[in-house]
Amino acid sequence: LIHSLVESLESTQGYDYSKYHSMDEIYRWMEDVKQGNPELVSSAVYGHTYEERNITLLKLGLENPEGREKKVIWVDCGIHAREWIAPAFCQWFVKEIVNSYKTNKKLEQMLQNLDIYVTPVINVDGYIFTWANDSTRLWRKSRSTPPPGSSCYGVDLNRNFNANWGTVGVSFDSCANTYCGKSPGSEPEAQAVMDFVGKMVNQTLCFLTIHSAGQLILLPYGHPEISAPNYDELVSVGEAAAAKMKKVHGMGYTVGTSPQILYPNSGSSRDWARLIGIPFSYTFELRDKGEFSHLLPEEQIQPACEEAYAGALSIITYVHEKTFNSGTLPNASVFGVAIMIWSSVMAVSLTTGVMV
Amino acid sequence: MFYLCLKPLLSRDKPTRDKSSTLLTPEGQSPSGQEVIVQEKTEENVMATGELNINHYPARRAAQVVQHYLNTRYGSPYRLLQLHKVHRGNAEDVADSGRKYELEISVQELNGNTTDKCSAEILFPRGEQQRSPQVQASCEEPLKINTKAQEEALYQQYKMNSGLLSAQHLPDSYGHIEPDMKPFWHLSIVAASFVMLNESSENTLYNMAQVANITQLATENDQLKFDSHILLHEMVSQEIIHWKLLFTWSPPDGVKVLQMEQLPHRHEGEKPLNTN
Repeated sequence: LIHSLVESLESTQGYDYSKYHSMDEIYRWMEDVKQGNPELVSSAVYGHTYEERNITLLKLGLENPEGREKKVIWVDCGIHAREWIAPAFCQWFVKEIVNSYKTNKKLEQMLQNLDIYVTPVINVDGYIFTWANDSTRLWRKSRSTPPPGSSCYGVDLNRNFNANWGTVGVSFDSCANTYCGKSPGSEPEAQAVMDFVGKMVNQTLCFLTIHSAGQLILLPYGHPEISAPNYDELVSVGEAAAAKMKKVHGMGYTVGTSPQILYPNSGSSRDWARLIGIPFSYTFELRDKGEFSHLLPEEQIQPACEEAYAGALSIITYVHEKTFNSGTLPNASVFGVAIMIWSSVMAVSLTTGVMV
Repeated sequence: MFYLCLKPLLSRDKPTRDKSSTLLTPEGQSPSGQEVIVQEKTEENVMATGELNINHYPARRAAQVVQHYLNTRYGSPYRLLQLHKVHRGNAEDVADSGRKYELEISVQELNGNTTDKCSAEILFPRGEQQRSPQVQASCEEPLKINTKAQEEALYQQYKMNSGLLSAQHLPDSYGHIEPDMKPFWHLSIVAASFVMLNESSENTLYNMAQVANITQLATENDQLKFDSHILLHEMVSQEIIHWKLLFTWSPPDGVKVLQMEQLPHRHEGEKPLNTN
């Protein structure tokens, strides 16, 4: 136990999680984490970017002692190239789990029931482009080549998913930063997510997509006239996460749908996930609120990641408890508990013939 | 008896949004049995009127305009005000003029750990294209932190035209700013606030993203003078908008913008513009 503990600490400890890392460093880090923690971490390449680079995820999970089917949590970062704090958070998230699961019984139990799929950078081409030189740092989109008649590169991947595509909060101008592409899923990066997650949709409990900035927790849908059927629960679980986040460093995160607290939009990964049936789907917009926006200083990486981790874990724990330990539901499901109590009271009264 | 117990529980199946109508799936979707509630457009979805939800974007956008206004009035290399919270908001149409917002907000000063309460009125003009919002605002203690000494020291240091300042990329790609460049980053935010105030509407949310370049020119009429290239981030379109600003500053006179010019959106494949 000591030897493997040292090994796993080494593979994660030598790496500076409070600095921004280039894509090469991130690819190398994924290999190291996988090699250093084989019982917990595996990896998969599930697609290729426009420029044919690997889109890679890490899968965190432990064997289920009863051999039961694992449920799935999805976490992705870096759909938008300039939002550097997001990939930094995905790396932090993996590091936290790797460093604590052996000494945290609850986390260990959750990892026996859940596989957590983490993609540190979805928009690899865009991310690499933001590292090219000082003038490319604020690039947002992918790096697909200009359509005929245009000289502008890239598609806003978070407008390209098959969810009310092209209806609101998008541009059809390829030069615009919210250009939604020529059709839903036309972009290989978005299609890769839809293909991979689509295959596991029945097992997937939760879909978290990490962005910056604004300090928001967004729930589906981006279209102002469409509500998720579990809207109330999405709000209460989101509020619980925001409360946990505020406890860490006092930062407030606002919870709501995008049309309420930000702007209407369509074709987002969050909306697609909810639409295909994944019950809990959120966009996290991390720090800050406009002072630095996407150029968040490295000294804020640690506090931003600590609070984001608390928020993500809050949601993951909720969906885990709801699925596996439904005898001990947190207060968001008082309704469910009430139904259970009521129906058991009814059952008793019916069998005994006693009036209720 | 049973029925009375059942009713309140069942009604919680519906979302508490008003005017929900038929269940239908959006076109082109195959959501595998997924129910989607479509609601009729409520007033909130069209244009917020009356008492505003302080967490929703209409109040937030209007409050940001107040932040820009306050910085044009009070900002300096050592003083910036940032929106902290919207406490109350109200919006109404003003016939023939536009839409008027009344807000109660709190703002936080740079390096301050207390907040200050402000009341503001913002009029977004209707009709003609691109007229700037008109703002009136008053805060309880806008100049709480005493910055006079620091401002005077900075002014004296740079007033003598030897070794004129020149800096690029504030902050840099890693969010870093050298400590002695920070006052010029703040100064640029103040100058940028004039542009952001002018350009704002109910459909925008502006922040300054970066100073691409700031160059000090010869001091003129006891004002420090700067030529700058700044990048603004507009949240709703997610665009980065380039502006050239020529501005002056002195402790008694604050920031004055002499010239502002939007630079066109540069696309790759086109020859880079000569911005000199």
